[in-house]
Amino acid sequence: MNAIRQIFGIVWILLGLAAGYFLVFEQSLKLFEKGGMDNIVPAIIYTFILAPLLTGGMCIFGVYALQNEYKRVD
Amino acid sequence: MNSNLSSEQVDKKKLRKVIAASSVGTLIEWYDFYIFGSLSVVIATKFFPSDNPTAAFLSTLATFAAGFVVRPFGALFFGRLGDLIGRKYTFMVTLLIMGFSTFAIGLIPGYETIGFIAPLLVLILRLLQGLALGGEYGGAATYVAEHSEPGKRGYRTAWIQTTASLGLFISLLVILATKKSMSAEAFANFGWRIPFLISIVMVGISYFIRKNMDESPMFEKAKAAGEIVANPLKESFGKKLNFKFVLLALFGATMGQGVVWYTGQFYALSFLQKVANIEFEQSNYIIAASLAGGTGFFIFFGWLSDKIGRKVVMLTGMLLAICTYRPIYQAMYETADVSLKTEVAGSKVIKTDYFMIPKSVDLKKTVKTEFSYTDGSTLTLEESSLTTIFPGKNPQKPEVKRIVHVGTSSFWYLILLVFIQVLYVTMVYGPIAAFLVEMFPTAIRYTSMSLPYHIGNGIFGGLLPAVATYLAAKASTANEVAVAAGQAIPYDKPYLEGLWYPIIIGGVCFVIGLLYVNGKDKEIND
Repeated sequence: MNAIRQIFGIVWILLGLAAGYFLVFEQSLKLFEKGGMDNIVPAIIYTFILAPLLTGGMCIFGVYALQNEYKRVD
Repeated sequence: MNSNLSSEQVDKKKLRKVIAASSVGTLIEWYDFYIFGSLSVVIATKFFPSDNPTAAFLSTLATFAAGFVVRPFGALFFGRLGDLIGRKYTFMVTLLIMGFSTFAIGLIPGYETIGFIAPLLVLILRLLQGLALGGEYGGAATYVAEHSEPGKRGYRTAWIQTTASLGLFISLLVILATKKSMSAEAFANFGWRIPFLISIVMVGISYFIRKNMDESPMFEKAKAAGEIVANPLKESFGKKLNFKFVLLALFGATMGQGVVWYTGQFYALSFLQKVANIEFEQSNYIIAASLAGGTGFFIFFGWLSDKIGRKVVMLTGMLLAICTYRPIYQAMYETADVSLKTEVAGSKVIKTDYFMIPKSVDLKKTVKTEFSYTDGSTLTLEESSLTTIFPGKNPQKPEVKRIVHVGTSSFWYLILLVFIQVLYVTMVYGPIAAFLVEMFPTAIRYTSMSLPYHIGNGIFGGLLPAVATYLAAKASTANEVAVAAGQAIPYDKPYLEGLWYPIIIGGVCFVIGLLYVNGKDKEIND
């Protein structure tokens, strides 16, 4: 089980990066270009809140998982 | 240090007082916090420029989000304070800040009176509410858990968990009672302020109850033993040993719990009102009845988590939620969809009203067309147009509102559908205070548990209405563009698109929780 937890660390890192890329490049930038309050509000939320949290948090979590930091949890 | 309390050491009477005092204060804080959300549509018209109703509504949601986004900062600030000077004094301060902010919102003149200062003041007070709430919950949960005997921590802290739903329930009741006691015009003019203003009385009572309570015994012991850390923030987030559990608490529990919580209560209400077009009062009754029926289950699942483990209860709720959200919301939509009902022949009634807008030269014309259906439901198409009494000026484009009042059987069916969602909420939320408390040591417990809780609930959960509304609106727009271009519509059910947010976030959280969370840890020992 610890090996699975460790391997999944890569998944969390990739997921964090993908979430950040999707939120900033696929969503926010297009919304900023469109303009208007109803586009800019979600763009700000995606870029400055959700993306850093998801990317930063998930990547660190993934690194810890890869380092087998969670093996002792069981 | 073994700071755990044995069953014999716990004074049951004192424990009940601790739970009651903590829960009542937290309940009032949730009430204060939710009346803003429950009255968001009214607040939008009062404090934000009303030229564009969607923009006004989004502005309110943004303010709502601002109230949630600052919650983690409140968790950090007050969490640190709670780990340094004690749980009791910290959550008394948060109670007072919340009470003052809520009362003050009820006093602010509208946008039409003082212009942009009005929304600015609302925003500032909303931020203060968010900060206070960020500090309150962790304090109350820690305080109760540190008084509780082993083996009953889930049950005891579950009382704190009921307060969030009860706070929402009471806020809905107060709003409905206020609306019932006056005309719609009077409510729109000043009545909406009453739920904000009465908060000051409740906060005052709660303050005096809490004032006479003792400090947490575990904190006292840690303090006497010189185990209070000088910098709880650095200890919690600067050291891998603790920080890895902060991340696990966030991604393996609170993130999913937050989205399940907000889908089951806030998004359900928003969906009933804005997508299913069910009238304001009836939609609030549906939510209130579901909450009333479901709240006892917080205690049950808290108790059950003492018996079979926190992890299994929380993850089961999360899995059920993500698997059934789409069919549940589909059923909610269809229950209110009058195109699927049989119209009573000859039931169409048309009423036309005119009235002068005070202090203007505008005349408002309202045409109400009402249709009745065999199951007792009614549909009212309300077409309002504003025109000037001076000739030569172009009248404005009429606005059409759809208002559905569902029949008795549909009403109860909708209650059942929302109740199922509330049940999921009780499964993921009932045991979580005990789960978080057991993850961290006394010296940094307040700080360490508050942050993941408020990021999970405040940010991932709190942003749900804004993100889900946006996703659904985006799908509808894409369909309209496709229809205009003569192409096939890309989204078969655009009104369900908003659900992808809780489903994906909940799904990731479920897998992380399943793989990494230890289901056997019920120790609070350092």
